[in-house]
Amino acid sequence: MAAKKKAPPPQKGRREPIKGFDDVPGTTLFDAQRSRQGYHVNMFCMSLMKPENRAEFRADEAAYLKKFPMTEEQREAVLKRDWNRMIELGGNIYFLSKLFSSDGLSFQYVAAEMTGLTQEQYAEMMLKGGRSIEGNRSKLEQEKRG
Amino acid sequence: MNCSHVPAIGAAWDQGKTETSYWAPIFRGFEFSKKWIADLKPDVVILVYNDHASAFSVELIPTLALGCAAEFKPADEGWGPRPVPVVKGHPELAAHIAQSVILDEFDLTIVNKMDVDHGLTVPLSLMFGQPKEWPCRILPLPVNVVQYPPPTGHRCYEFGKAIKKAVESYHEDLRIVIFGTGGMSHQLQGKRAGLINAKFDKAFLDNLVKNPRKVAKIPFLEYVREAGSEAIELVMWLISRGALENEVREVYRFYHVPCSNTALGHLILENKRKTKRKKR
Repeated sequence: MAAKKKAPPPQKGRREPIKGFDDVPGTTLFDAQRSRQGYHVNMFCMSLMKPENRAEFRADEAAYLKKFPMTEEQREAVLKRDWNRMIELGGNIYFLSKLFSSDGLSFQYVAAEMTGLTQEQYAEMMLKGGRSIEGNRSKLEQEKRG
Repeated sequence: MNCSHVPAIGAAWDQGKTETSYWAPIFRGFEFSKKWIADLKPDVVILVYNDHASAFSVELIPTLALGCAAEFKPADEGWGPRPVPVVKGHPELAAHIAQSVILDEFDLTIVNKMDVDHGLTVPLSLMFGQPKEWPCRILPLPVNVVQYPPPTGHRCYEFGKAIKKAVESYHEDLRIVIFGTGGMSHQLQGKRAGLINAKFDKAFLDNLVKNPRKVAKIPFLEYVREAGSEAIELVMWLISRGALENEVREVYRFYHVPCSNTALGHLILENKRKTKRKKR
């Protein structure tokens, strides 16, 4: 964790639904505003629950994505399989799981990628009891500690 | 009965990996439970779980719903449906519960058609193994824990009590087990993925048995902060707890880290006071 770095400013125009909602480090909570923002990303992911749609997507990903009125940024994040970016842009992990499942990837593989670890390093961390809560509770707290 | 519903457990079953060194301790943790439920022979399982964007998308997000259909098919979650039996419901009991809890002011959504995902089928596999048919009727009870706000812990606890009242007023004498599934500590997204908080989990288990009112007061943000964004699923354990008496006996507990990205927790509770049974 980059200790000196300040907590990132809140997203433009975003209102926290309750105080402290956006204060949990390394976490993007899915609320109604993000649900609006990511609606088409998440609906695209849902479409992959049908085998014929998976086949069509695989044949030409970019063309398939054009069917969904999402932003260019969102399309690019999907094509690059940039999971953190998709979440920032309103994607939800359970919806994204349709995409990575149809890619043949597991939750653990994708979790490793999101944290910047290799799958081996991530699996090792989990075997040792997982990521510790200490120092991971609050952006504000991390900031104060410096 | 409470347990986690990690999708990788389903995959391990379906791919015959239950004997590997990674999975064997997890499946051993359910040996007692399989025997317990086989001896108990429930007529119906009320299965509280969350749909993971399978039956419900962002088009429709019911907070509390009840499957009232005669059957529910396993969902295709992106890799084809799990090779598990179709889930048979109990429409008559479901309709009775729906009426009773709505009149008790819980604005339940009634679902007459839906597929069921790993949130529902993994607990069934853990408890019943791989039968050709599930050995009892199952009432799926999906709860929204995906989009904020999920129902509060307190609401879930009270909803459990309303279910208890509904079940007790049903005209037929049935043996019913309620499963509250999901959790325990885990986070599947972002830079903090992989978070586990065994201390939180243990306190949760202890208090759920002895002091559920205290657990019911845990706010949304405390689950997320202390136990990870997906640990909010634990509010569903309060629905099953609310459906039991205040005084319960802890029959069995199992806790194991890791199960994929998750701390796997499992608890069996029975009412201390045996409910009177009519002749079967």
